[in-house]
Amino acid sequence: MLEAINLTCVRGERRLFHDLNVHVERGSGLFVQGPNGSGKTTLLRVFGGLTPPCGGAILWNGRPIQLARDDLRRKLLYCGHLIGLKDDLTAIENLVYAAALADEPISNAIAQEALKQSGLYEIADLPVRALSQGQKRRVSLARLCYLRRSFWILDEPLTALDDAAAQWVLDRISRHLNEGGTAIWTSHLPMAVAGSIRTLRIGS
Amino acid sequence: MMQSLGLAATYAVIRRDLGLAMRRKSDALTPVFFFVIVVSLFPLGIGAERDTLRQIAPGIIWVAALLASMLSLNRLFEEDHADGTLEQLMLSTAPLGMLVTGKVIAHWILTGVPLLFVAPLLALQFDLAPASLLTLATSLAIGTPVLSLLGAIGASLTIGLRGGGVLIALLVLPLYVPVLIFGAGAVASVNAGLGAESHFSLLAAALALAAFFSPLATTMALRIALE
Repeated sequence: MLEAINLTCVRGERRLFHDLNVHVERGSGLFVQGPNGSGKTTLLRVFGGLTPPCGGAILWNGRPIQLARDDLRRKLLYCGHLIGLKDDLTAIENLVYAAALADEPISNAIAQEALKQSGLYEIADLPVRALSQGQKRRVSLARLCYLRRSFWILDEPLTALDDAAAQWVLDRISRHLNEGGTAIWTSHLPMAVAGSIRTLRIGS
Repeated sequence: MMQSLGLAATYAVIRRDLGLAMRRKSDALTPVFFFVIVVSLFPLGIGAERDTLRQIAPGIIWVAALLASMLSLNRLFEEDHADGTLEQLMLSTAPLGMLVTGKVIAHWILTGVPLLFVAPLLALQFDLAPASLLTLATSLAIGTPVLSLLGAIGASLTIGLRGGGVLIALLVLPLYVPVLIFGAGAVASVNAGLGAESHFSLLAAALALAAFFSPLATTMALRIALE
């Protein structure tokens, strides 16, 4: 599905990684690990088509990513380490607008259901500024419930989450892989995800 | 067709930005009050010399409109950039140019449209004739969207820069010059007893050009800013 060939990336003066070769098949997961500053986020942004690589190529279903950008966007769900929520809007409004801006509009009821699944039913009508860091992250991750995208990129999805919420995210990813989806994620914590997972270590 | 053009997503962008402005009314009202105060200061400073006031009115009102429109430009993309929603806009299946146009329309509704209604009232302080008031409102109606469109280019180029506000002014104000000349010129020529049609045509031409090129330039600048 996604293939990186001789990928090289430079940030400023530093070479983050070079000649990286990865192949992520449909229905499998890729767990990217590495110390701080090793280029995990950059790698995920390159995979998501947000940052062009300095060298090498990325193929999406066999086509160079520059040519397949529209198709990639239709399949991609990207959760960066910026959570993408507006402080002044409520959790529900945030989800409804996030879906509408992704060009996949949902109703309030679906947003409510997604929040319920991520365990945030009581705070659905509070402005996001009143939530804790972990709750904000969970609102942002509630997108996993309703956006029908087959290719997930999750950058540090477990940051600030408690054990129950972390388990919920892991279950979500396992289920996604089980249903034939694809996912790439990073974390500093061990992530026990069921399915065919490969681990990629960079920067060591 | 609706889906591929991203009209629904564009409409959502407009609604979201207007909704956010309603949650923070003080931010939304700042440009309008700025405009009211700046325009009102001139008659007080210059004195009740009717002929002088009538002569300087178009220029002063238009310069105040340029500055008011510029006042909120630095927030146009900066907040979306800081909280990550800009990243999500880039990844949307809707064309980025359409979403950017949505943001520009919201900016115009918040900063341009109120001026159309306030300006004729303020112009009474300058003893403008009724025909000139109508011309003033019309010239603002055609000209202020151009200001928002050109401003978006400056705002997208200064994303993430410290002191971006001043830089936006330096980038954008020179681009505003044609709008200022034809906008103020329209009112001045009606004051002088001539028609304003030629000025309106030139303003409308500027609007057509800006509406086509500004989203292109803004999208390109945004893509570079987020790399």
